[in-house]
Amino acid sequence: MARKISYQQAINEALAQEMRRDPSVFIMGEDVAGGAGAPGENDAWGGVLGVTKGLYHQFPGRVLDTPLSELGYVGAAVGAATCGVRPVCELMFVDFAGCCLDQILNQAAKFRYMFGGKASTPLVIRTMVGAGLRAAAQHSQMLTSLWTHIPGLKVVCPSSPYDAKGLLIQAIRDNDPVIFCEHKLLYSMQGEVPEELYTIPFGEANFLRDGKDVTLVSYGRMVNTAMDAARSLAGRGIDCEVIDLRTTSPLDEDSILESVEKTGRLVVIDEANPRCSMATDISALVAQKAFASLKAPIEMVTAPHTPVPFSDALEDLYIPDAAKIENAVLKLIEWSKRS
Amino acid sequence: MSQIHTLTMPKWGLSMTEGRVDVWLKEEGQAIAKGDEVLDVETDKISSSVEAPFSGVLRRQIARQDETLAVGALLGIVVDGEASEAEIDAVIEQFQAAFVPGEGAEEDSGPKPQKVELDGRLIRYFERGEGGVPLVLVHGFGGDLNNWMFNHEALAAERRVIALDLPGHGESTKQLERADLDELSGVLLALLDHLDVPVAHLAGHSMGGAVVLNTTRLAPHRVRSLSLIGSAGLGAEINGDYLQGFVDAASRNALKPQLVQLFSDPELVNRQMLEDMLKYKRLEGVDTVLRQLVSGLFKEGRQQLDLRGVVQDGRQPVLLIWGSDDAIIPATHSVGLTAQIEILPGQAHMVQMEAAEQVNRLILDFVQQH
Amino acid sequence: MSTQLTADQLLHAYRVMRTIRVFEERLHVEFATGEIPGFVHLYAGEEASAAGVMAHLGDDDCIASNHRGHGHCIAKGVDVYGMMAEIYGKKTGVCQGKGGSMHIADFEKGMLGANGIVGAGAPLVVGAALAAKLKGTDGVAVVFFGDGGSNEGAVFEAMNMASVWNLPCLFIAENNGYAEATASNWSVACDHIADRAAGFGMPGVTVDGFDFFAVHEAAGAAVERARAGEGPSLIEVKLTRYYGHFEGDAQTYRAPDEVKYFREHNDCLMQFRERTTRTGLIDASQLDQIDSEVDLLIENAVRKAKSDPKPSAADLLTDVYVSYP
Repeated sequence: MARKISYQQAINEALAQEMRRDPSVFIMGEDVAGGAGAPGENDAWGGVLGVTKGLYHQFPGRVLDTPLSELGYVGAAVGAATCGVRPVCELMFVDFAGCCLDQILNQAAKFRYMFGGKASTPLVIRTMVGAGLRAAAQHSQMLTSLWTHIPGLKVVCPSSPYDAKGLLIQAIRDNDPVIFCEHKLLYSMQGEVPEELYTIPFGEANFLRDGKDVTLVSYGRMVNTAMDAARSLAGRGIDCEVIDLRTTSPLDEDSILESVEKTGRLVVIDEANPRCSMATDISALVAQKAFASLKAPIEMVTAPHTPVPFSDALEDLYIPDAAKIENAVLKLIEWSKRS
Repeated sequence: MSQIHTLTMPKWGLSMTEGRVDVWLKEEGQAIAKGDEVLDVETDKISSSVEAPFSGVLRRQIARQDETLAVGALLGIVVDGEASEAEIDAVIEQFQAAFVPGEGAEEDSGPKPQKVELDGRLIRYFERGEGGVPLVLVHGFGGDLNNWMFNHEALAAERRVIALDLPGHGESTKQLERADLDELSGVLLALLDHLDVPVAHLAGHSMGGAVVLNTTRLAPHRVRSLSLIGSAGLGAEINGDYLQGFVDAASRNALKPQLVQLFSDPELVNRQMLEDMLKYKRLEGVDTVLRQLVSGLFKEGRQQLDLRGVVQDGRQPVLLIWGSDDAIIPATHSVGLTAQIEILPGQAHMVQMEAAEQVNRLILDFVQQH
Repeated sequence: MSTQLTADQLLHAYRVMRTIRVFEERLHVEFATGEIPGFVHLYAGEEASAAGVMAHLGDDDCIASNHRGHGHCIAKGVDVYGMMAEIYGKKTGVCQGKGGSMHIADFEKGMLGANGIVGAGAPLVVGAALAAKLKGTDGVAVVFFGDGGSNEGAVFEAMNMASVWNLPCLFIAENNGYAEATASNWSVACDHIADRAAGFGMPGVTVDGFDFFAVHEAAGAAVERARAGEGPSLIEVKLTRYYGHFEGDAQTYRAPDEVKYFREHNDCLMQFRERTTRTGLIDASQLDQIDSEVDLLIENAVRKAKSDPKPSAADLLTDVYVSYP
């Protein structure tokens, strides 16, 4: 049986293996080592949650702490990427995108098109996403649909340690700017991960479970919640197919449509706010291209249209859970019976 | 003296943790003999029949159809002789009270594969059973030691049985030098040296058949017998479209039509099998190795090396097993060979998985005789 | 005057400045015909800044520019016809008609792009300088921004990081007195933009941007310092623009005759011609020769650009990504 490591270790290993393979890969971000210029030790943190720990000493001069200047260092990563190196830039929390959005939205994403296909910007922005850590409104968002909306960016949301490693290696080797969304609640998740290098292609959804009754589409951490719901529903004789998008840009439309054409029912599960989200996007896709296959309306299980609350009592209500998914599925099954 | 046997969920392969009961093949009250197929169980990898490890009467079907149960969970009760309902109830109660789901599936329970460095490459192998002249199992192109998941334990009932991952496969190092049969045979012989096996029965599937044939050619004194399943090396034809399609396939949808050609029942090619194969194919070095092997051994859909002479030499007894509907290497390659030839009707290339019980029995009987 | 400049270098500098001037004045005329799409921001009047800095840079050195970028592109060696075609929105443009005036880039020339976002180039050149440092080349990276850009947080963050990482960077603040329609003596809170250098631990100087030799000397010192591993510098170049913020700007915010005064008393080409010919380094006829060559170059560029094809419908969807399934 393959070795089991955590999501966090899988990311660290992907970084280490790629840095060893390709000397042009380097890491930059706030406290990615920690301790720069301080009287104590270097690599004091290795990232705020320790994801990059140990790389500073393994790769001297290639793990760069930055000042707290998201606009400055993300921009520097973009500029460096156009000049023949491969930065893996850490934006500690995706919420900090507000500080550096221009460099992602107007610079990195636009260069190739705006410059007539002459630029390539092989940049990875690793960023921590998602609710559940009681980190409140400015450290818990899921801004995937924001990135997905922007042509020129690729958007990756690994849901397991295996995917985290393979998708990150692909992201580093990719010649386009990639937003790599790491869910903070998945860092401790254990899973089988090969020791070798491997890549998972972008735009290829993963079928985590085959089923004939209802299609559950999700990405990131919610994939695991969808699987919990599917297992529970299996006990009640309802057979769910679970699709993990893996990347929201490119989006594997074919797999979604193929599945809905089989099941005739769709529940989209998205940890983000509902308006203009992946949930609405996928719903629209299916309504447009697989309308005739639908046996029931499309259901969306999402966070409410509110900021992420702080109190655990509220945050637990905010985040979609297996029970909400199960209810949505049951609603669709009921609907079909009624009509 | 009567005995109350508990029939439990088997563990097939290295990663199985649970199985779903597909259908009971025996009724309650029906007499069963050791080796009979009692029920079908489906795992996320593949479905197969559970064989009775003991004879008696199936007194209870504990597991219901469509129920998913952990490895080691109680499936049924078989009684050899007489036993009252109360006695049976007591056994069930005792079993269920002691049973901890997941314990039987733990990695550190039971035998585990090992790795050894041979000529700078890590080679994974898996030993089960002990005693006798050891039997070594060699998988085919793109396969690994899990190809023997339904055979390994059964074959190891009375002897030491070793399965390995050839270089470029499974969890062995994904690197080949010349990518010819001599290189693969060299690895096999080096492993035998490492394991202090002077002489062994060799069994090979598909390309693994060519490997064991070639090993016999190189070191005949180390081979007691040959069991060849859908073997390469015995004729020119091989399904080149399959080989190329398999090597080129980078997605689930591209891979599925290829793998389907390996089985008589296309339903066996499920999501998990595809995902496992894609995981293997994505590993750094695998693509290169597979392309090296295709161009070295099976260029343009023709097998490059004819090893029929090894069989015809007659120095070792040979068992040939072939699915009559093998779509990769035709069963007609067995024609004219001096061997025990067993063509299994309706079976395909992965006959050792799909008709595991038959194949196991044939090999067990064959190696026992020699 | 910088005595180290050879006659060839002086002639090259003149040709660069003259090319920019004729390019921009021609665009001023052509834009009025309505044939050029979008909007253009002309660099005429500021030529000495681009020419004086770029005289120290090679193709391995990178620059990032801004919305007023034609002069930087020409001085960095971007093909003039390709630029003209781009400004006309033609398929033959340096960016195949997909970027336009504000997004001219040529990576082979180390031109990382003009930029429609004020101040955005500063972090980019920090990255370019970081790449040069990581790769172990002696490349330097230069950003040009205006007095408006000097108030952007992006520039502050970039200057701080360039100093913290001790990178081979030049920050060139081209202070033409106006950010759009707002005067820099109102919007910049300190006396000189160069004073801000002290806050980021780097040297800062203010130079006369009408004087090619002043810019050349200051930039030379800063480039030398950067290549020697001594870190970044800020140069404030004071100059004026001869046209509005963009073409069509009535410039009612400017003093009457303001531009006329600078053209008559300070014009960089006029000063250059006067000083080089007076000292006998250059013969006036050599400059006249360049003038006519440049006129022909621009005339040909415009004529060809006008007759070139526009991009086709198929071009709409290409080059969003290097690869996208």
